[in-house]
Amino acid sequence: MDLRFRVEKRPPAPMWLKVTAPVISVVAALAICSALILQAGVNPLYGYYHLFVGALGSTLGLSETFVRFSPLLFTGVAVALAFTAKFWNIGAEGQLYAGGLAATFFGVSFIGAPSALIIPLMFVSGFLGGALWAVIPALLKTKLKVDEVVTTLMGNWIMWYFTSYLLTGPWKNPVTVWPESAAIAPTAEFPILVPGTRIHLGIPVALFCAFIYFLIHARSSWGYELKAIGANPKASNLMGINVTRGLVTVAILSGGIAGLAGVSELGGIHHHMKTDLSFGFGYTGIVIAMLGGLHPIGVTAAAFFMSVISTGSQVMYRVTGVPYPISEIIQGMTLACLLLGVFFTEYRIRRKKE
Amino acid sequence: MMESGGVVVELKGIVKRFPGVVANDHVDIDLRSGEIHALLGENGAGKTTLMNILYGLYRADEGTITVKGRQVTLGSPKDAIDLGIGMIHQHFTLIPPMTVTENIMLGSKSEGFLTDPKRVEEAISILCDRYGLRVDPKARIWQLSVGEQQRVEIIKALYRGANILILDEPTAVLTPQETDQLFTTLRQMKKEGRALVFISHKLDEVLAISDRITVLRKGRVISTVNAAQTSKIELAKMMVERDVVFRLSKAKVQKAAEALKLESVSALDDRGLQALKNVSFSVYEGEILGLAGVAGNGQRELAQLLTGIRKRAAGRIFIRGRETTDYTPADLLDLDVSYIPEDRIESGAILDLSVTDNLILKIYPALSKGLLLDRSAAAEHADRLIKEFDVVTPSRDSLAKTLSGGNIQRLILARELSLRPRVIVASQPTRGLDVGATEYIRRKLLAERERGSAILLISEDLDEIMSLSDRIAVLYEGRIMGIVPAEKAKIEEIGLMMAGTSMKPDKEAG
Repeated sequence: MDLRFRVEKRPPAPMWLKVTAPVISVVAALAICSALILQAGVNPLYGYYHLFVGALGSTLGLSETFVRFSPLLFTGVAVALAFTAKFWNIGAEGQLYAGGLAATFFGVSFIGAPSALIIPLMFVSGFLGGALWAVIPALLKTKLKVDEVVTTLMGNWIMWYFTSYLLTGPWKNPVTVWPESAAIAPTAEFPILVPGTRIHLGIPVALFCAFIYFLIHARSSWGYELKAIGANPKASNLMGINVTRGLVTVAILSGGIAGLAGVSELGGIHHHMKTDLSFGFGYTGIVIAMLGGLHPIGVTAAAFFMSVISTGSQVMYRVTGVPYPISEIIQGMTLACLLLGVFFTEYRIRRKKE
Repeated sequence: MMESGGVVVELKGIVKRFPGVVANDHVDIDLRSGEIHALLGENGAGKTTLMNILYGLYRADEGTITVKGRQVTLGSPKDAIDLGIGMIHQHFTLIPPMTVTENIMLGSKSEGFLTDPKRVEEAISILCDRYGLRVDPKARIWQLSVGEQQRVEIIKALYRGANILILDEPTAVLTPQETDQLFTTLRQMKKEGRALVFISHKLDEVLAISDRITVLRKGRVISTVNAAQTSKIELAKMMVERDVVFRLSKAKVQKAAEALKLESVSALDDRGLQALKNVSFSVYEGEILGLAGVAGNGQRELAQLLTGIRKRAAGRIFIRGRETTDYTPADLLDLDVSYIPEDRIESGAILDLSVTDNLILKIYPALSKGLLLDRSAAAEHADRLIKEFDVVTPSRDSLAKTLSGGNIQRLILARELSLRPRVIVASQPTRGLDVGATEYIRRKLLAERERGSAILLISEDLDEIMSLSDRIAVLYEGRIMGIVPAEKAKIEEIGLMMAGTSMKPDKEAG
């Protein structure tokens, strides 16, 4: 039998299918990953039970999920904003570190300053640090046509090694001699919002950023410009839209918000600048932006889902012994399934009739 | 060589359904070797769909395809190419950064792992000479005019051994001279026994070139007739089922102030060669200046220069009394300059945005309150324009890419003309559109003229230039060969100028 298949464009997918496609891809990814859990000698249903209950079923679990939610929402929003204009910012990771470094400078130097001064200062400097690290690739792209995928990706490594350089050299913690910065001022530490948990100021700030993203996406004329630029920069330019300005400003905002993720982790959790400030949050942000369909609500939901997987897989590891890197496999598999799912909302495969 | 006159392709009972529409409804058609068979019909009549089925791009829902006596299944263009079928699409399938030779070698069966560009180049030159297809094998595609790119497509098909050649609206992008050249090429191929399909909706051309004509309307075959035994009127009736108005009446408009003026403007093309040399002319309010010329003689560069997306090399441009020489598109917007670009898919509309978002592209700042865009005002604006310009769309929120070519052009026209422009640069405004849409757009341009707009009409359709313009300028190798008042213009005279014969400049006073 001649097994030949052909790919055909299908009629435009209805709205409900576009919305459920991410949900279906999540389920598919979990189903595929259950093979790995099974291979680890654990019943997948038992494993996933502990994953979800661990992340959502207790005050502690839920609070830890929210702690993880903060950096992921920042990076997810940052990447989604840039992708709207098809500015392929793969550099949220580096921008996160740039933001963290900038905030550390003020957090460590301004010992004795009141929280009301130092915390806003950390946010502003962190935003500017991240923005600076994103605007360089944007200028290279708009002025010299240098591919931003390469420059933002390479920027991640430059910034990470620069951090490493500072923390093992000039900024090394003088007290512990560990490769980390000195502790930030006690007044620079973010207030804990729910006593007995680690839920800190960074979480509402991240939600606020998501809300700003929502306004930009749904209501603002600037967001409309970004979509036009993303869809067709050539025509946008002809219509009188300033494409260069659009790309540079979106890079500033995107990088700045990614920088806030660094500030949030520094001020809310670690209180020292560290080389492992981020567990690949910048890269997970790419998955979140895609999974959320570059829509503010979708991105927020995707960031929350990724937080659940991340927190829950730690619990699953402790209870059942399934190695916790499963969390990253699930994240990657979800993206792969989603890309496939998006494909199937636009195309269908048919057997060739002979 | 095939026996001349024999049936080489037979399509029987072809049915192709798309969601909500039957594109081909039990179509029967046969092609003979040594004949040019025209498929005639309006946009959306099903001509291209039918030929895409023969080329293996679509699969028919019903019906059979017989090629050279053998019933075949065409799963992909590769199957079709293997059977000696070639197709020249309306939108070319060339890779812009590659050279002509590289494009022709690409995907060709005769190429092994190692390629021999020299040999291919020679083969190309031989084909070029034999069929009178003038093109530089070493040029890169993006440097070529549309007409030249089409020649590359034809050479590519011939190089792959096509003896059944489908040409989808080949003349839509050509000037009269280029069309004549193409026809010479086609006749040569016909003489050699190849079977040619010529898709068009231009009656004169169809009558001039084809042996048999099949008229399609709404997916059905209306009739297949011998070209020698039919007439333009009969074909038009079959095609549109109504009497077509061929001439547009034009009211006299008093010429007024100078709205657009070019002073010795020169510009380079993408290759860095001089595309415009010392071009000077003026367009006055309430007049249409038609710019005729063969493709690739500087029209594209001129349009880009006037819309601020190409830098001039020398000279000055004035719009409504102000020097606008180095203005950007955004600057020109403030001067009420509208632009109907020739590549409406790429530059005219943003296909991945909704109809509404496309209609507000040039006015969204005015629809914004502070940083926020007034979505309900935008919707209102869109509804009004959709109605006023008869844009056929499922809804104002549908993506522009779901619209037909004619409706995308109406969308562009709606956006541009609703600005009440003082100056309009219209580049190939009716290229590739059906009779109805063409007529509509021409009427709209005339209405703008009566409103007092200054219109520069860049068109390769000489009929269009003759019937719309007040004055006609001819561009040849980047120079203005002459400017003549339309009522005094003789078509032979224009043709001579397009071929490079300079006329004594008519007194250019208004």
